[in-house]
Amino acid sequence: MKEILIPVVVFAVLGTLMGIILAVASRLLAIKRDARIDAVQECLPGANCGGCGYAGCASLAEAIVKGEAKINACPANNFENIAKIGEIMGQTAEQSTRMVAQVMCSGSRNIAKHRFVYEGIVDCHSAEVLAAGDKICAAGCIGLGSCVEKCAFDAIAIVDGVAVVNREKCRACGMCVTECPKKIIKLIPYDAKYFVKCASPEKGKVVRDACDAGCIGCRICEKNCPEKAIHLEGDMAVIDYAKCTGCGVCASKCPRKIIRTHE
Amino acid sequence: MSNIFLLMLSAILTENFIFLKFYGICPFLGVSEKPDTALGMGMAVTFVMTVSSAVTYAIYDLFLLPFGLEYLTTIAFILVIATLVQFIEMFLRKFIPALYSALGIYLPLITTNCAVLGAALLNVNEGYTFIESLVFGFSAALGFTLAIVLFAGVRERLKFANPPKAFAGMPIILITAGLLAMAFSGFSGISFS
Repeated sequence: MKEILIPVVVFAVLGTLMGIILAVASRLLAIKRDARIDAVQECLPGANCGGCGYAGCASLAEAIVKGEAKINACPANNFENIAKIGEIMGQTAEQSTRMVAQVMCSGSRNIAKHRFVYEGIVDCHSAEVLAAGDKICAAGCIGLGSCVEKCAFDAIAIVDGVAVVNREKCRACGMCVTECPKKIIKLIPYDAKYFVKCASPEKGKVVRDACDAGCIGCRICEKNCPEKAIHLEGDMAVIDYAKCTGCGVCASKCPRKIIRTHE
Repeated sequence: MSNIFLLMLSAILTENFIFLKFYGICPFLGVSEKPDTALGMGMAVTFVMTVSSAVTYAIYDLFLLPFGLEYLTTIAFILVIATLVQFIEMFLRKFIPALYSALGIYLPLITTNCAVLGAALLNVNEGYTFIESLVFGFSAALGFTLAIVLFAGVRERLKFANPPKAFAGMPIILITAGLLAMAFSGFSGISFS
């Protein structure tokens, strides 16, 4: 009897002791946590993509409640949720235009010309360091998928050697924009109908030698745009989305067919 | 003094917890993707293992030995360590928030870590004194940190490697861990006497 009773008693005492210690500690060491933090976190996407600059959705929620970050600090959030956060924080949310990422390159495997066959680490940064990628064009998508790796929303895929953004899945967190060593991913409005799928600022001849789908800076789009919404920067056409009405004249006139719309 | 030093060296190298005793493989594989997170985990383990070595020693001496309950050591230690980690977590959150956010999620992960329990049990089995227990717990955790940080460095390179499809992911990681363990087993040939 004794050999059963002793362990039972000892362990009961030990367990109770531990329980009391924890119970007392949780009272004494309790920290008042703002209930709003959890409420705000509920309204964030929860992908922990890091696009806001904080470590994750939890730390952003804390920063919003502390007032360090704005209620729309999450670039991947939709308006409905921003409005909800605004309600929690007692602020009114401003309507902002939804953006999506767009890869400004259409030099797929057969269209862009290559200088060599790259067989190395499957990572755009490594290829960029080695010889700025295997394409002749210095602004061409390397196509090794560093942006795909970075995307927390599974919205980018490499199709035939060029990154392609799925605009429905894209939440415009901007992680791919900063990740791309070529800096050829841009954020454009979701409603934008047309975009220039080239980012090469080189002169026409250089572009022509490098790729069959490059902007040669012919200015035809600039001259024909009825809204004066398209201009040349360097030797590359850039659309000003504040003015663009999506009439499509530029796309139909472009001799290189690189002003494109959604497929 | 030299005794203590030898104990440290053997706990870190010749009896490395991960590579030669195979304790704590779960955090070793789970938290070794980046050297910084690996170091965070190592720090948390070092902290908890040292403290738990001290506390379990006291529990063993005060509760288990006097009542002749040595056969229940494992259960008692699990209970004590779990409580201890919870308590440390609350304590840090309140008084040292900087350390708390640095150790972050790693602390609760260690609650049921077999490496921590293993150190406590080995202390008892080997009949270490209080000081020796502390030193052993601390240096075994240093060995754990060494192993996990080394491995995280290797894994960073592995990410860019191009292994055959069948080996991609966890298989190649396990093979690499095996190679590292073989390299570490070379230390066991060293005799310190």
